[in-house]
Amino acid sequence: MRVSFTVNGRRHEADDVWEGESLLFVLRERLGLPGSKNACEQGECGSCTVRLDGEVVCACLVAAGQAQGREVRTVEGLADGAGPPGGLAPIQQAFVDAGAVQCGFCTPGLLVTADALLERQPSPSDADIREALSGNLCRCTGYEKILDAVRLAAARSAAGAAPTAPGPEAPPAPRSEPEPGE
Amino acid sequence: MEFLRPADWTEALAAKAAHPSAVPIAGGTDVMVEINFGLRRPDALIDLNRIVELREWEVGADTVRLGAAVPYSRIIDELPTELPGLALAAHTVGSPQIRNRGGVGGNLGAASPAGDSHPPLLAAGAEVEVASVRGTRRIPVEEFYTGVKRNALAPDELIRCVHIKRADGPQQFSKVGTRNAMVIAVCAFGLALHPATRTVGTGLGSVAPTPVRAGAAERFLEQALDEAGLWDSGGVVPPAVAGKFADLVVAAANPIDDVRGTAGYRRHALAVLARRTLDWVWDEYRGKEWGRACA
Repeated sequence: MRVSFTVNGRRHEADDVWEGESLLFVLRERLGLPGSKNACEQGECGSCTVRLDGEVVCACLVAAGQAQGREVRTVEGLADGAGPPGGLAPIQQAFVDAGAVQCGFCTPGLLVTADALLERQPSPSDADIREALSGNLCRCTGYEKILDAVRLAAARSAAGAAPTAPGPEAPPAPRSEPEPGE
Repeated sequence: MEFLRPADWTEALAAKAAHPSAVPIAGGTDVMVEINFGLRRPDALIDLNRIVELREWEVGADTVRLGAAVPYSRIIDELPTELPGLALAAHTVGSPQIRNRGGVGGNLGAASPAGDSHPPLLAAGAEVEVASVRGTRRIPVEEFYTGVKRNALAPDELIRCVHIKRADGPQQFSKVGTRNAMVIAVCAFGLALHPATRTVGTGLGSVAPTPVRAGAAERFLEQALDEAGLWDSGGVVPPAVAGKFADLVVAAANPIDDVRGTAGYRRHALAVLARRTLDWVWDEYRGKEWGRACA
């Protein structure tokens, strides 16, 4: 079947879509958007998280045909219009600055989820952040730097929004390279 | 495989009548897992996402008419007063991503004994409204579950909504799992107090082939509260009463050993949940004076 929908503001069409195919498969394999990751295929890990008409969902659990005529945003679209041209979205910059990325596989899903959280709650509490990210598994970091990144993005946005603020705070000093064996 | 996209409820019923083996899909949080893993290859999928009515709810005088596809996230945000037990249970479903898509209709359709909606529906009192081109019928929720992952739906029927009694007293839900998010219940328990009728409702999850009520436990607790005048006095429930209630709840269970836990552990944990939720609802009842005559 043919499925057409909007991804990151652009209209896409996919042909010969199998009826049982997931939105995730269509994004990755038919539209050439591999940012959303395929891991558990059962909604447990959150690495395929995208926005479907604004809501965060697991793309692996949306049947491709259910996306017909709807609006999807993926990690590839995060930076569009969010920051300087060609640059990173604030949440992406915060992940970089906080060192919240290791192997990177969970990162796209976390970015989409965290971006949606900050859109809804610009100043989330730690409990809000933990709950919002509870559907995104990371097997590398233990999450602390991911939480730091979300706090950093929220703080920068608050500082940027405040009329008297001097501007975005300086990013934390770069971390030294880990010791061998660390 | 066919992918059917009815634009409204009438078209959906016609599609189901024409394709009785078709699998309805709304949030996809169960159906897509089975398809992704090759466990299911239905002849057709019926996409219910375009049917607006399924995502609507209405609060009536005594009941809430909850559309089958109202996502859990909206139940949590918008119905915590009318359906506190269900809202608590909804909060334990999967993750935010899952709660944005999944709803009670899918839980009923899948009829897994571990579905989180079932204990609060059983405890509060609910009827499932199902429909086909032949007409509409309402099935009491305790009669809806007919076996492991089996329900009372005829092949041409779809779930339209659930009529759930509005809370007239405190309700609680508790669930055992290995962590807070994304946990399939090892066991779960829902408890509702109905001060107006001086009755209680229970719902047990993941401890029997189907979700069940513990009728003997309900009758025992009603009688014990009545005889001791506790509905009026708001006095403490004696530990012996709570203990006997928990024993009777466990007696209604028929658990098995599986990957998530042993039958023995489930019985033990269920007793803990029964005593704990009784403490919680009774504390709330005493504190809030739910319809209780002031002494």
